[in-house]
Amino acid sequence: MPTIEDILALLTLRDYNTRLVITSTAILGAAAGLIGSFLMLRRRSLMGDALSHATLPGIAIAFLVMVAVGGEGKYLPGLLAGAAIAGLIGVGCVVWITRLSHLRDDTAMGIVLSVFFGLGVALLGVIQNLPGGNKAGLESFIYGKTASMVWSDFVLICGAAVVCMVMCLLFYKELKSLCFDANYARSWGLPTGLLDAMVLALVCVVVVIGLQAVGLILIIALLITPPAAARFWTHRLGMMLVLSVVIGAASGYLGSAVSALFPRMPAGAIIVVVAAILFLVSMLMGPARGVLPRVWRGFVLQHSVLRQHVLRAFYEMNESAHEGELTEVEQTQLSIDRLMAARSWRRTQLLRALRAARREGLVEVASASGGDDENMDGRVYRLTDQGLVVAARNVRNHRLWEMYLIAHADIAPSHVDRDADQVEHVLGDEMVARLEERLRREYPEVLLPKVPISPHVIE
Amino acid sequence: MTWTPAIDNWIVATGVMAALACALPGNFLVLRRMSMMGDAITHAVLPGLAVAFLMTSSRGSVTMFVGAVLAGLLTTLFTQWVERFGRVDGNAAMGVVFTTLFAVGLILIVRSADHVDLDPSCVLYGSIEQAVLDTVRPFGIAMPRAFLTLLIVFAINAILFGVFYKEFKLSAFDPALATTLGINATVMHYLLMIVVAVTTVAAFEAVGSILVIAMLIVPPATARLLTDRLGVMILLSLVLGAASAGLGHVGAITVPSMIFPEVSDTTTAGVIAVVAGLLFVMALLLSPRHGVISRAVHRWQLNFHIVKQDVLGLVYRLEEHPGEHEQAVQRILQDAMDVRPMVSHWAIGRLVREGLLNRMGGDDVRLTETGREHATRLVRAHRLWETYLERHLDLPAGRLHPTAERFEHVTTETMAKRLADSTDRPAQDPHGRDIPR
Repeated sequence: MPTIEDILALLTLRDYNTRLVITSTAILGAAAGLIGSFLMLRRRSLMGDALSHATLPGIAIAFLVMVAVGGEGKYLPGLLAGAAIAGLIGVGCVVWITRLSHLRDDTAMGIVLSVFFGLGVALLGVIQNLPGGNKAGLESFIYGKTASMVWSDFVLICGAAVVCMVMCLLFYKELKSLCFDANYARSWGLPTGLLDAMVLALVCVVVVIGLQAVGLILIIALLITPPAAARFWTHRLGMMLVLSVVIGAASGYLGSAVSALFPRMPAGAIIVVVAAILFLVSMLMGPARGVLPRVWRGFVLQHSVLRQHVLRAFYEMNESAHEGELTEVEQTQLSIDRLMAARSWRRTQLLRALRAARREGLVEVASASGGDDENMDGRVYRLTDQGLVVAARNVRNHRLWEMYLIAHADIAPSHVDRDADQVEHVLGDEMVARLEERLRREYPEVLLPKVPISPHVIE
Repeated sequence: MTWTPAIDNWIVATGVMAALACALPGNFLVLRRMSMMGDAITHAVLPGLAVAFLMTSSRGSVTMFVGAVLAGLLTTLFTQWVERFGRVDGNAAMGVVFTTLFAVGLILIVRSADHVDLDPSCVLYGSIEQAVLDTVRPFGIAMPRAFLTLLIVFAINAILFGVFYKEFKLSAFDPALATTLGINATVMHYLLMIVVAVTTVAAFEAVGSILVIAMLIVPPATARLLTDRLGVMILLSLVLGAASAGLGHVGAITVPSMIFPEVSDTTTAGVIAVVAGLLFVMALLLSPRHGVISRAVHRWQLNFHIVKQDVLGLVYRLEEHPGEHEQAVQRILQDAMDVRPMVSHWAIGRLVREGLLNRMGGDDVRLTETGREHATRLVRAHRLWETYLERHLDLPAGRLHPTAERFEHVTTETMAKRLADSTDRPAQDPHGRDIPR
């Protein structure tokens, strides 16, 4: 096991080699996270996959050409240029196939990916069979060796990252409108085709640089996972880009640190797993779109809806007993059984809602003799003063909606109860004021600060 | 080129069988927008292989097969969960899941490198040339194990898609309709996913992943360009897949030596994928209905037809006012209607040959009897439209002509009659010109 010392030495980047690897992967993660965000928002996440596979024939052809002109076949800039050109051609083919035919982009990507990669494999087969030449390790180009990164890799990665950042900052506003609504952007006269091409070209730069530094699967993952994770935290593009960059960089940093600390941990794979863990955490916890916050919001809404239903049931059952508006004095006390008859709800649901309403001081137990906590069935309940006020407001909102739906949406009075149920819970003060304004002509009594009579029969 | 029947015949046979087995489920992947599934599964099976190996410490093909299929199914399952619960775009969900599974598999293999003899690259690049060397003898006939496996998979797939053809078809095109007809679209989806996982794993263990990804998608996509009927599409994809496999192997042992004299052959799987790609490009260009070229030709024919009609209409209008217009037809067409001189020249030539125009010497042309009939119909339609548009749609006077200009080419006799009825058979159009009968 590594000691605390080791970990500190590593995280503070004291050793030259680890410093190089960790900063390189972190910067690459940041660049991929930045440009990957635009890919994801344009729903083209897998383009990185297609593109990185499509580079293979470019590498092979570059090798063959460089050997043919009598140079060194594994001259890195030459291979990178070949990869970039082939990648761009591949992306161009995806775009052209979707444009020229009625095939979807997933099919176009699948075709380009497999056919280009097939061509690459076939060309590598030829190269393998060529006599002589320094050709060993050409395939390892596509898998990359993170641990053996050198200074030139670092410089390349930094260059790619700076290019990505500058372009994204320069065209931030344009890219934002493109991601938000491409058709709208086009109608504003933005060259959406060119912008898309620019994004794809930047992806190509990141992929080609990343491929030889860290390998194919890692670069695909870095383009997809950090943006997808960042999306859970915010609805704002700027914030999302920042988060995506941070998550990408953190994956690179932590991943290569873990890989350096423990034996036999392939850095590329660990980085992918770290990114995946960050994704999972984001998916569960992210406040904007995460699963748990969403479930919690749903739960809170459900609870408040149920409470409003309980209070309305109290109010309306009392109302039918007394004809007209309620005062606290003449309230009838209601048993669970009578409340159960008010709506089709489950007993457990009703009991839970009653307990919550009691805690909030809206409902009280009228007679203690009826039962104890285990046996709630015998109890009778009544609204408290505060409960009556809240209930009256709820009922008033409900009836305003009903009146509105009857007057302006032509809904039959016998059906309006249900429909109002679905919309009444979101009424704010401003909305109530506007409803009153709209209903003034048909129902003059809505301007009085009291609960209007129900526009339909209450059973 | 040296063709050793004992080996090369079996390579082609195995390739054809792989193509057939993959193309069947591939059709539905293309239709359901899940084309990248093959790529995702071939990468994501790595942890399945690793775990199966670690648990049984044998490389027995059955355990490895089961592990890989399970991993493939997990890929589709996780992708769906991320997509549904996380509300992530399907592309991104698949990307997150398969890269993660691949990475986990890689870590498992590297961590247990001491007692595992598993090379990730050999998993991904299984080669068809080596696969045929491993033979079995069922019923006393020697055949490659890979061929037998793929034959079985193909047979199972064929039976499944044969029996559940209607169900698969409906749930691929309209899951909601399928559900109302009592077909459980979810069950059909998972059945398809199981078929894809089993086929993918069986095929790529035998012939390598690149061939699988290509054969799942490219032949069905090519077939999709050639037809709009599912049954025909499936049959075509089988034929195209088999053709790519055959041509691919021939190409692999002939083409390299044409370019590099010292090289005899190259990887068959790669060339098969390339051949499939070439067939796709051919279909993209030449397909009778959806092809790029046939659509361009069709568009050009339509344009030419319209130019011809415009020439007739123009000559008619010139003849309405004899002596006033000395200008040549071609000039007017070029200046006023932006028709290139070459095109209008061709159009006039064609009209003369069709007997609708007569050349009067020089650039001057006159309508023949039949030509006059045609032209009358056109001009009548045009002027009726102008009247109609003015009366019923309140179009401003400046917009009448361009709109009528578009409509006149698609107006039938019946339509002209109804136009006349609804405008009370006017004698003149809004510009004060006679409407011919």
